[in-house]
Amino acid sequence: MAYKGHAHKFGTDINTDDIIAAKYLNTTDKKELASHCMEHIDKDFMKKVKPGDIMVGGRNFGCGSSREHAPIAIKAAGISCVIAESFARIFFRNSINTALPIIESKEAAERIRAKDLVLVDTKAGVIKNLTRKESYKIEKYPPFMQKIFSSGGLMESLKRKGKK
Amino acid sequence: MGYTITEKILLKHTKAKEIHPGQFIDAKVDLCLGNDITAPFAIEEFEKLGAKKVFDKKKVVLVPDHFAPAKDMKSANQCKVLAGFAKKYDVKNYFEIGRMGIEHALLPEMGLVLPGDLVIGADSHTCTYGALGAFSSGVGSTDLAAAMVTGECWLKVPESMKFVYYGRLNKWVGGKDLILHTIGDIGVDGARYMAMEFCGETIENLPMDDRLSMCNMAIEAGGKNGIIAPDRITAQYVRAIKNKPRAGLGKIYSSDKDAKYAAVKEYDVRKIKEPVVSCPNLPSNTKPVSKLKNVAVDQVVIGSCTNGRISDMRSAAKVLRGKKVKAGVRLIVIPATQKIYLECVNEGLAKIFVDAGGVFSTPTCGPCLGGHMGILAEGEVAIATTNRNFTGRMGHPNSGVYLSNPAVAAATAVTGKITHPGEVM
Repeated sequence: MAYKGHAHKFGTDINTDDIIAAKYLNTTDKKELASHCMEHIDKDFMKKVKPGDIMVGGRNFGCGSSREHAPIAIKAAGISCVIAESFARIFFRNSINTALPIIESKEAAERIRAKDLVLVDTKAGVIKNLTRKESYKIEKYPPFMQKIFSSGGLMESLKRKGKK
Repeated sequence: MGYTITEKILLKHTKAKEIHPGQFIDAKVDLCLGNDITAPFAIEEFEKLGAKKVFDKKKVVLVPDHFAPAKDMKSANQCKVLAGFAKKYDVKNYFEIGRMGIEHALLPEMGLVLPGDLVIGADSHTCTYGALGAFSSGVGSTDLAAAMVTGECWLKVPESMKFVYYGRLNKWVGGKDLILHTIGDIGVDGARYMAMEFCGETIENLPMDDRLSMCNMAIEAGGKNGIIAPDRITAQYVRAIKNKPRAGLGKIYSSDKDAKYAAVKEYDVRKIKEPVVSCPNLPSNTKPVSKLKNVAVDQVVIGSCTNGRISDMRSAAKVLRGKKVKAGVRLIVIPATQKIYLECVNEGLAKIFVDAGGVFSTPTCGPCLGGHMGILAEGEVAIATTNRNFTGRMGHPNSGVYLSNPAVAAATAVTGKITHPGEVM
């Protein structure tokens, strides 16, 4: 898969309260959740983001609560892919389970600047920074996770296995 | 090569013959849990899949505790979704208002988790039950949906980190201080993806409520689970539970002597001279309480899945007995379950809190996550016995939360500034 868009850059330890504050968790409406995405850090984020854009964070992205509303809000905000130096584990599994593309790359997280035009090509295993004319290698998911992700998430993968 | 306690429990719950860190497994779950925030998504997914029944009516637990008693209409709808699902699929462990409690205090109290169990919960503080020698870990709503259907959860076997505590604890220093000290040492991602195994002579003598506080906050260091090998204190705790749904003391596992650890940390707890406080906006931002003397607070919250248990209530009441909350400060005390609530009433603790000028609330997660029952206004500061102090966690993005043990929080309520409990006793 390939994802192309402009980068929105965030710092280290971006927690799930930053991504979507708990006070908004009294709904499962994805658009409504998206409307508050990242508002603690950048209240204009939703005005700036365009469909396909890429979110870039530092270390321990998505730490804190187990709320799946976090990857859901990011996805519903139009973000096509999240790149970070490292991810907190529940956020990571929630992203795989809901098929939000998520890529761990220290180099990309450090080198990509806000507004850079970025192309992520998971098949080729590379992130291309079209603004800076750089490229960063990326690892594939372990096969176990890849199976879930490429099914379109955990529930879709269960459907395929006929488990219900 | 030997196994850690975490590896042993995981192995017991898979078809695999052996196990190693990094391996992916489909694990059988003994219990799966959701709340009024996370379960509605899981229920949507469950129904979308067209599932006809839950895998085991006794092994699904639903607790409306975060925004319950419902804080507004939307929250009421979410609680209604849980109640409706529980009724439709005959989920035995649904806990309605009046019988509920904060999930991570409620489940051990009811005997729903026993040593050796494998528990997943769509709540990050599910790691709490490791205090009983169970493997328990926070997951997402989709994981909960899948587990409700299949009784299984995919897991990556974590590496283990061993935390050894030795020496006698100083006065006013307990489990909360040990875990804050540890997170301060290793950082909020210091145990990312790891099993945090707590052991050593200090832990062997640590009461169960303190152990639950410690394992509860494993996630604040990025841990997958916190775990303490069952011992006489565990057995005592489990034995004392009335009307347990399952007989026995669970399955007892412990780590082999030659088990492999990614790292070993040792702490001489005698060097932790005084209670530890985490400053805004990260749990790892710790300081000894006396270094924060001049920090004035607007609100004090005593409760949560970390410190809302009876020993926490007693500790706070001991400090507050016969004293008044400082003018201009709000004290909110929230026992974590109905049982603890009643114990507070019967032991006269509720009277102490109310006499002091505090609020004594029905169980709820409420203010811990900025939900309700004590939201902070712009510029306000709170000290809380909760587990997270991220930006805006308890309310306005420009408010701040300090994390402490219950005695420090109570002493702070009396003086209005962050205070060592010894100073007001």
